[in-house]
Amino acid sequence: MLLLLAASLPLAMLLALGSGAVKIAPGDTVAALLGVDRGQASLIVQQIRLPRVLLAGIIGATLAMSGAAMQGLFRNPLADPSLIGVTAGASLGASLLIVAGGSSLTGFMGLSLVSLAAFVGGVLAVLLVYRLASSDNGTSVATMLLAGIAITALAGAAGSLLEFFTDNERLRQISLWKMGGLDGATLPRLLLATVVAGSVLLALPRYALPLNTLLLGESEARHLGIAVNRTKLALITWVAIGVGTSVALVGTIAFVGLVVPHIVRLLIGPDHRTLLPASALGGAILLVCADALSRTLLAPTELPVGIITALIGVPFFISLLRQRHHYGMQT
Amino acid sequence: MSLLALQSVDAAPWGDPVLTDINLRLEPGEVIGLIGPNGAGKSSLLRLLAGDFAATSGSLRFAGRALDSWPRQQLAQRRAFLPQLSLLNFPYTVEEVVLLGRTPHSTGLRADQDIVRQVLRATDTLSLRNRLYTQLSGGERQRVQLARVLAQLWHSTDMSGTLLLLDEPTAALDLAHQQQLVTVIADIAARGCAVMLVVHDVNLAASVSDRLLVLDAGQAVASGSPEAVLTPALFRELFHAEVLVQPHPNGRQPLVIGL
Repeated sequence: MLLLLAASLPLAMLLALGSGAVKIAPGDTVAALLGVDRGQASLIVQQIRLPRVLLAGIIGATLAMSGAAMQGLFRNPLADPSLIGVTAGASLGASLLIVAGGSSLTGFMGLSLVSLAAFVGGVLAVLLVYRLASSDNGTSVATMLLAGIAITALAGAAGSLLEFFTDNERLRQISLWKMGGLDGATLPRLLLATVVAGSVLLALPRYALPLNTLLLGESEARHLGIAVNRTKLALITWVAIGVGTSVALVGTIAFVGLVVPHIVRLLIGPDHRTLLPASALGGAILLVCADALSRTLLAPTELPVGIITALIGVPFFISLLRQRHHYGMQT
Repeated sequence: MSLLALQSVDAAPWGDPVLTDINLRLEPGEVIGLIGPNGAGKSSLLRLLAGDFAATSGSLRFAGRALDSWPRQQLAQRRAFLPQLSLLNFPYTVEEVVLLGRTPHSTGLRADQDIVRQVLRATDTLSLRNRLYTQLSGGERQRVQLARVLAQLWHSTDMSGTLLLLDEPTAALDLAHQQQLVTVIADIAARGCAVMLVVHDVNLAASVSDRLLVLDAGQAVASGSPEAVLTPALFRELFHAEVLVQPHPNGRQPLVIGL
């Protein structure tokens, strides 16, 4: 399964590189990638589509692996990275900055200040949720779930309030930002995503064994010698960094973090040693394909990629849910 | 040296005291049964020993060393706990669940799988090993969880220095598997594993334990061999129940008959 996914990813990326407003045959795409051909096709592939497809792959992988880690930590297959408040916090951070009029300013490395504000907002929200759920007896994941819902609601309300009082142009900026999109894929952004999300993708699999024992229950994991609180804090930090970065760069892309790990678990079981890498590959494939479709369906107009991830994933997901008893899932 | 030594231990994990002035010694290979009415503190004592909460006062030593100063992985290699309830609702196979019991050890997959096979056989779950845990019955799940904690401490010859804590391990088991559990406990105790367990069936407790400890309202009210502890007076005081205590036909233990 892991091998199959690993083989499908380059294929998906190749097809994605070839599709768009200008169609390029797979053979020409390979030629353009290798630098053999120096025509217009090469320019499109190397300058425009390659950063975008790579960004889609990295973001998809990060979202899906973060989702798998959260579902393991919360022992709930319905958990999603946004549950700990990171998405809502990032949205609020971005909205605040847009309303304050900072959207035209650029930050560093080609990143807009909006992205930075989103990242900061996301991480702050997670810190707040974590603090609310922590006491002398450690951190309760159930409380964290509730605190996450509360902080999400609060950030949502604050965001709506901002939207209510701001002018039309900024309102449109906010709502465009929220829809997200991979169209801002520039080389510096790609570089940043590779470094940050890449370290998340390398860090999370190291917690595969602790996550496996956490599925038995937190006390049981502790009895098996796992440093439960340290593991929890590390997992939440990495997920906050990974999801915060992805929201900051491409906006909110729902569904990938929730459904990809769920689908993968139904197919290969809950062992995180394979579940985490397989989810990452699945997430990358889904987002690369969704992005390719979003560029081609109404070309030259682009659809928001979140719409496509939902349109591809939901029917597949529902068909699996209808036969989930074959896979032993109860919730 | 005792494997476990508690001296005037108090515990109040949620404010109110749940255990008061507990004194207890447990030797390697000894089996001690905890009995007492609901809410007497039996599970709390097991959870205290499992490290789920700390004692508020008193001394608690495991193998000569304060329990809370043990490195967590070394402790996990020597102490295992079977809780009353399992929260697992992800579709692991039975073999995967039991293999998780080997987490604290780095004995290699081959040795681990060998141990898993032995504990699966000991708990009559070998035929279930490829089934999904979520599709098992309550009794089957309990045996699989028992196999997991056995795997955590298992050694085919020498288990001295290990402590197994079992909270109502027989609650969901049928008669045959209750008997099998008694055999397994006697078997690991003979290899040096100390066992402390909560059992509600006093006759089962008497048949498996070297010693019974009776708890009531967080205090130890009696301790000793099953013959010494199980008297009609105890049942009258503790459970407000009238019973007959007769010698068991097997000649090894008392038999308590409810009236």
